[in-house]
Amino acid sequence: MSNERHVHVSLRGVTKIFRGAGGTPPVHALGPIDLDLRRGEFFAVVGPSGCGKSTLLEVLAGLSEVTEGEVRFEGKPIHGEIMDGVGVVFQEDACFPWMNIYDNIAFGLRQTSITATEIEGRVKRALSMMGLTPFAQSYPAQLSGGMRQRVCIARTLVLQPRLILLDEPFGALDQQTRLLMGEELLRLWRETGATIFLITHALDEAAMLADRIGVMSARPGRLLEIVETGWARDRDSRIVETDEFGRITARLWQWLRGESMKSIDQSSTAA
Amino acid sequence: MKRTGILRILVIAGLIGLLEVLCRVGVIDNFTMPPPSRIAYDLWRILITGKFNAAIAKTFSNAALAFVLAVTIGIAAGVIIHAMRPLREALDPFFATYYAIPVLAFYPLLIILFGLGDAPKIIIAFMLGVVAIIVNTLNGLDRVPRVLLKTARMARLNPIATAIKITLPSATPYLLTGIKFAVAYSLIGIIGSEFVMSTNGIGFEIAFAYNNFDNATMYPLILLVMIVSISINTGLGLWEKMLLSRRGLR
Repeated sequence: MSNERHVHVSLRGVTKIFRGAGGTPPVHALGPIDLDLRRGEFFAVVGPSGCGKSTLLEVLAGLSEVTEGEVRFEGKPIHGEIMDGVGVVFQEDACFPWMNIYDNIAFGLRQTSITATEIEGRVKRALSMMGLTPFAQSYPAQLSGGMRQRVCIARTLVLQPRLILLDEPFGALDQQTRLLMGEELLRLWRETGATIFLITHALDEAAMLADRIGVMSARPGRLLEIVETGWARDRDSRIVETDEFGRITARLWQWLRGESMKSIDQSSTAA
Repeated sequence: MKRTGILRILVIAGLIGLLEVLCRVGVIDNFTMPPPSRIAYDLWRILITGKFNAAIAKTFSNAALAFVLAVTIGIAAGVIIHAMRPLREALDPFFATYYAIPVLAFYPLLIILFGLGDAPKIIIAFMLGVVAIIVNTLNGLDRVPRVLLKTARMARLNPIATAIKITLPSATPYLLTGIKFAVAYSLIGIIGSEFVMSTNGIGFEIAFAYNNFDNATMYPLILLVMIVSISINTGLGLWEKMLLSRRGLR
């Protein structure tokens, strides 16, 4: 019972098969996957390209329906609909180029019944938290890629989601910016207390940020192993200097090397 | 102003100057075309005497109505066609060949159906403009990044709200291209129709002046149409430039 209380999201036998179009055979993209995300934990998923990581995130977000199995968020089943309390940060730049930064961040809030005063307060807090206050009236094109991604994170955070899904949010950034953004993400995670589900292709990023890391197989993506990092909650990027960080990264690579080779073989066969 | 802008003005000023000289020295006789300075003066005279105010108002109000109809119906149709793939596939070849059809040829038929009033002219102008709007709306909607659509879904927007708040704003640069075409086509449609069979409007006055060798009326009215059309398109071009630069695209 106590364990059930701690489970924030549960996946049971989650499978996703894409129907073939124009005579092509169906693609078994994902699963079956069984996984419990604990309330307030930072969970990362790593896996070879094309293994279904993003499909898994879309299933959790309610953007895609499962073919088989069940996903539950806070005990309620998700059937391909967007649940209250779930926020997503996508890999691609999702800023609206025609809106200034303030309006971008306020966008989601304005679709709710929250009052204008409350919206203003939340947006100003988010701007300050993400170091974007001086750029409130700027347009996305005037900001760097890293800052635009911060805008997208802020837009998700103002909605105060209890589950934050991040799909390779730092994929397009340089290594230094990624490390710093990772630190910011850890800070936000501590401050919000939300459960974070991070998809990444970077083993070091997963090893630095997560409490637990799920290693996925080549397509169809299944969870091969869950690695517990054992980091303290108030960690920062300096843990990359520790021996334990090296051991975790090496263990992840041990699992992923073979799967990545399989994934490359799958791609060349498909080509 | 950028160097290209200055060069553009110099080229236009040079051509007008050359025309002025050719008319003044008699290479182009005044019976064929008066000097540009004379045309400008005649236009000024026409505007201050108000002699053709009714015709001018008629033409531009009809063109404005045709333009507004083409834009609103064109954008709505573009959104609907974009959402219905089989309809899109059925209509695409039609759109591709649409401008090969001389729409003005339907004018007599429209007169039979709607009489000699403004309706046939407005329909002709609308028919010319609407497809440019539809095609450019489709082009713009095709290029809306998928991630913005996912963001709309996360915000639980319904299809209409998604179109108003996400897809159409995202497609605005393409819509503006269509709108620029629609401005030109609306004027062409109205003035062209007034030329063919009408009893009022600038097109009718130009044709009437032409038939009566009245250069002092014909050329100034042509100049007026050019000034209005170019001014609107320049204004839209500046708006487009501002939008593109805001998006980091120019």
